[in-house]
Amino acid sequence: MIIPCPWCGERPHTEFAYGGDATIRRPAEPAAASDAEWFDYLYIRPNPAGAHRELWHHAFGCGQWIEVRRDTLTHRIEGATPASGAEIDRDG
Amino acid sequence: MARYSIFSLLSHARSGHADWPLAWRDPEPRRAYEVVIVGGGGHGLATAYYLAKEHGITDVAVLEKGWIGGGNTGRNTTNVRSDYLLEPNAHFYEFSLKLWEGLSEDLNFNVMLSQRGRLITAHFDSQADALIRRANAMRVHGIDSEFLTREQVRQRVPLMDFSPTARFPITGGFLQPRAGIARHDAVAWGYARAADARGVDIVQNCEVTGIRIDAGRVTGVETSRGFIGARKVAIVVAGNTSRVAAMAGLRLPIESHLLQAMVTEPVKPILDVMLSFGAGHFYVNQSDKGELVIGGDMDGYNSYAQRGNLPMIEHVAAAAVTVFPCFSRLRILRHWAGIMDMTMDGSPIIGKTPIEGLYLDGGWCYGGFKATPASGWVCAYTIAQDRPHKLNERFNLARFSRGYLIDERGVGNVPAAH
Ligand SMILES: Cc1cc2nc3c(=O)[nH]c(=O)nc-3n(C[C@H](O)[C@H](O)[C@H](O)COP(=O)(O)OP(=O)(O)OC[C@H]3O[C@@H](n4cnc5c(N)ncnc54)[C@H](O)[C@@H]3O)c2cc1C
Ligand SMILES: [Zn+2]
Repeated sequence: MIIPCPWCGERPHTEFAYGGDATIRRPAEPAAASDAEWFDYLYIRPNPAGAHRELWHHAFGCGQWIEVRRDTLTHRIEGATPASGAEIDRDG
Repeated sequence: MARYSIFSLLSHARSGHADWPLAWRDPEPRRAYEVVIVGGGGHGLATAYYLAKEHGITDVAVLEKGWIGGGNTGRNTTNVRSDYLLEPNAHFYEFSLKLWEGLSEDLNFNVMLSQRGRLITAHFDSQADALIRRANAMRVHGIDSEFLTREQVRQRVPLMDFSPTARFPITGGFLQPRAGIARHDAVAWGYARAADARGVDIVQNCEVTGIRIDAGRVTGVETSRGFIGARKVAIVVAGNTSRVAAMAGLRLPIESHLLQAMVTEPVKPILDVMLSFGAGHFYVNQSDKGELVIGGDMDGYNSYAQRGNLPMIEHVAAAAVTVFPCFSRLRILRHWAGIMDMTMDGSPIIGKTPIEGLYLDGGWCYGGFKATPASGWVCAYTIAQDRPHKLNERFNLARFSRGYLIDERGVGNVPAAH
């Protein structure tokens, strides 16, 4: 698979470490979160067959975390954005 | 069912083996059954067989979307062993190994179990300590295990790199002598034939597309061949567990990942043990045809594609030639992948669900072939009695929310252990 890193361009996936489902969110207020919320966060995975938003870490590249849109049935990659949500100014 | 024997073989030889009866029927699905099993892999077929044999429940259909054994049952490297550290796993897999040992006779179908032993090499002290601890735990549970010296490993597997310059010096090895390999297709076919003979309908090309639930109770399944009513439904679909369970509104602690394997061209007998490299991703056994069957680790990203990428093949092959330099000139004949249902603690889920009459047998990660007989046996028990057997009560779905993980590797909530 070729992953289009927003910073580095197209790179083989072997340069990246997989970080799992990008839609899983740690409870915003850990102390206030219920057991059920923690259970969901730690264990429950939507595990879709098809479109998947997922995290990859460009470990052997720029070191940035990115969010990749990939199809789990075909491995087709639609695109990638910075996981931080940062806007990239390529000229700057 | 006409029994297979030396006499049936001889009598069919007279007609040139042209008139063997079909091994199982190809029935049209009926409108309703007492039990419907979704998924015709080894586990689903074994569940049906033990429902009929142990519990006298024969009004059963196994619904398979493709052909039986075409999922992970037909894609795995067939390592059968019971070398687990934790108690629930130890008892369950040892029960399974005992069923394996009598399986060919029980099914009247040769599953070609070859108990050649499985050896994990040790390369450094902390790893050896962990293996010795596991070997001791197994003995405490009454399961055979041995720890070998470097010399003993060399006697068993002389082709490994024992040179002074070896990249991974071998310091010892962990052996379960009763571990073995089996013929994967024969397991599916043997269970299918024996279940069919007891009245079970095996329906291929029948995809389950929905699960009908009425007031918290399952009433049947929607399929590509119409609605089929059922008092009880079991989901036994391995890599597709999340998808089928979602039809009943269940959300599971599972991710689906792909695992690859490969075979080389056949060579003369060179390896009479199942060998796992203890310091990386590579294990191997030699098939009866002479091919080296080689496995490694998952690709490592969610997938339902049933095919993998070449970097993992290269990674595993690199480990193979590092520890077996003589493999370096073998050519790979083919490689393939299966989709594994990876639970968040690396152990399976076999039991009841919050929906009455709906049962789940899944989360096999990449070690479920060895579990096939025991999985079918306890799943059948759970369906028939509507409660888990002692052997599978710890594998319940609620263990994740209650904090009773069965985390063999001791690594917490990652869907990558087995
Ligand atoms: C490369 C590889 C190597 C492995 N090596 C080993 C090993 O050495 N030792 C070991 O113990 N285990 C191993 N495993 C794991 C093992 O193969 C599985 O855990 C085991 O075979 C699962 O059996 P099953 O019957 O549950 O699943 P499967 O054989 O996958 O059967 C599930 C069936 O359900 C069907 N299905 C799915 N969805 C539907 C639907 N909606 N309607 C109807 N039918 C449906 C599928 O078509 C499939 O036939 C390996 C797996 C792989 C991929
Ligand atoms: Zn990058």
